[in-house]
Amino acid sequence: MHEATQQVISALSEGFSDVDFSPSPLMDRADGAVGAEQIYVRVPADRLLEVMRFLRNSEACAFEQLCDLTCVDYLNFPKATDRYGVVYSLLSLSRNHRIWVKCFVNDPSPEVPSVTGVWAGAEWMEREVWDMFGVRFSDHPDLRRILTWEAFEAHPLRKDYPLRGRGEREDYEVLTRESR
Amino acid sequence: MAIEPASEIRPATLAPEEPGGDRWTLNFGPQHPATHTTLRLVLELDGERVLSCVPHIGYLHSGFEKLGEHLDYNQYVVVTDRMNYISPMANNIAWHHAVEVLFNIELTPRCKVLRTIIAELARIQDHLLCVGTAALDLGAFTAFLYGFSEREDIYDLFEDISGARFTTSYTRVGGLMQDMPDGWAEKVKAFCRKLPKTLDDMVSLLNRNRIFVERTKGVGYIGHDDAINWGLTGPLARASGVRRDLRKDEPYLCYEDDWDGKGSSAVQFKVPIATGGDVYSRYLVRLEELRQSLLIIEQLIDNIPSGSVNVLPNDKKTLPGKDEVYFSIEGLIHHFEQVMTNRGFTPPVGESYGANETANGELGFYFASDGGRCAYRARCRPPSFINYQCFPKLVVGHQISDVVAILGSLNIIAAELDR
Repeated sequence: MHEATQQVISALSEGFSDVDFSPSPLMDRADGAVGAEQIYVRVPADRLLEVMRFLRNSEACAFEQLCDLTCVDYLNFPKATDRYGVVYSLLSLSRNHRIWVKCFVNDPSPEVPSVTGVWAGAEWMEREVWDMFGVRFSDHPDLRRILTWEAFEAHPLRKDYPLRGRGEREDYEVLTRESR
Repeated sequence: MAIEPASEIRPATLAPEEPGGDRWTLNFGPQHPATHTTLRLVLELDGERVLSCVPHIGYLHSGFEKLGEHLDYNQYVVVTDRMNYISPMANNIAWHHAVEVLFNIELTPRCKVLRTIIAELARIQDHLLCVGTAALDLGAFTAFLYGFSEREDIYDLFEDISGARFTTSYTRVGGLMQDMPDGWAEKVKAFCRKLPKTLDDMVSLLNRNRIFVERTKGVGYIGHDDAINWGLTGPLARASGVRRDLRKDEPYLCYEDDWDGKGSSAVQFKVPIATGGDVYSRYLVRLEELRQSLLIIEQLIDNIPSGSVNVLPNDKKTLPGKDEVYFSIEGLIHHFEQVMTNRGFTPPVGESYGANETANGELGFYFASDGGRCAYRARCRPPSFINYQCFPKLVVGHQISDVVAILGSLNIIAAELDR
């Protein structure tokens, strides 16, 4: 494991001795290739905000930037135990170092706390995850759909949503020259 | 040192609000030439001063990430052409860079050099448009035409090498669609000799042009800490004094030392940084990046290593050449093993992230792979999407005509924004 990653993980387990972060590489590679350096930690949803604040503000971590926030629907994934994994990709510019944080949530009401108070840039990314996966972000300032329209009900990037849609197109009236 | 929490961005020009003035709401877009592509803003105005701005996006949403779960790692490259269509080659390279991180493929030196040259040509292509339209939106038409004339030459170069001007789809897993044609390097060199003249012309047209400077200096300001906090990358962040360039900080291709396995050093270039954080600084940063990209191309174009552009096909990761497919039974079998829907790629199970520095910032792909021929999840980290979200903060307090200037300086490409 990379030295900086090691430092972050020991800082985390010192700061939150009651949380099981179980740090592991994003991909298990026997040969220690590039992906083996990409480490993620698991954080339960109820502790997420504290941990994220710590990751941003503590001297040992200093993850100033939220590089990406996305979600994976693990419905058909081999050996998966939870349905949705919200993936935070954190970047420390001062240390030139990344870490991934995963927060697993499940149906019927997947919800994680919003990190917009920690990184302002999370706002649209969280809206996108809500739009595409239906994972709610509590205390988000403006949790509206962002890419699809307000009346749309499904969450299209879920694995149980078909590629060609559920015929939503047919629900809308076709405007012709005469009907206007 | 602890970092201060997120702070509100307030442009210096914002005067205290006067209630009861001439307030009105303007719908800006979705079809307006200055919105560059299909995006819409709802502006609340006091006279011509912007009080609030709500961007509405999604007009071009076409489910690219959903498609990524149904197309294999080679097929999806045609979708990446349609993301940031100003510099499609850069997207092709970013996609396959991420795929190669997932598959753990080390490219051949020739492929690395060609990809680096093309990535820099794509950066030039993108920046020429952005610098040109930044001027066009402010009424300076000539600089835009100069930029477009040079873009035309890059389109010709891309047509020569990939067969298409716009939707290039040039990269493949572990290599390229085809090697460069004879004489291509000479054409690139001719282009490199020609471009500095155009850049000098643009500089003399704009840099000290009083109208341009007054319309751009101090407009759309974002500071160093806010730029980081809002997730800005690329020229936008660098114009606010953020020292970050993936080519230097997480090097790949020929930006990395020892890229050919024989101890070659990385290409030499400087990363321009400005501290102004305004539209003018973004323009200056892009202008300097154009020159640095030229330097990179000039270092590589004379020393393109010989050899194959594809990694050896024996590991069944790259497609065989068309000659082999048509004229040998082994090649034909290999081809079918790659393209049939019940065969194809066998990536490892797990997740990975690979990112490139494209003209707009960090373009990355996060894969979850279940070992199948298509990605289980192919998340694109689109720089336009993440750069655009601070837009309302940038325009509040400015005049309505500045909205256009700021929008142009962010270089938003709606197809990438909405995916």
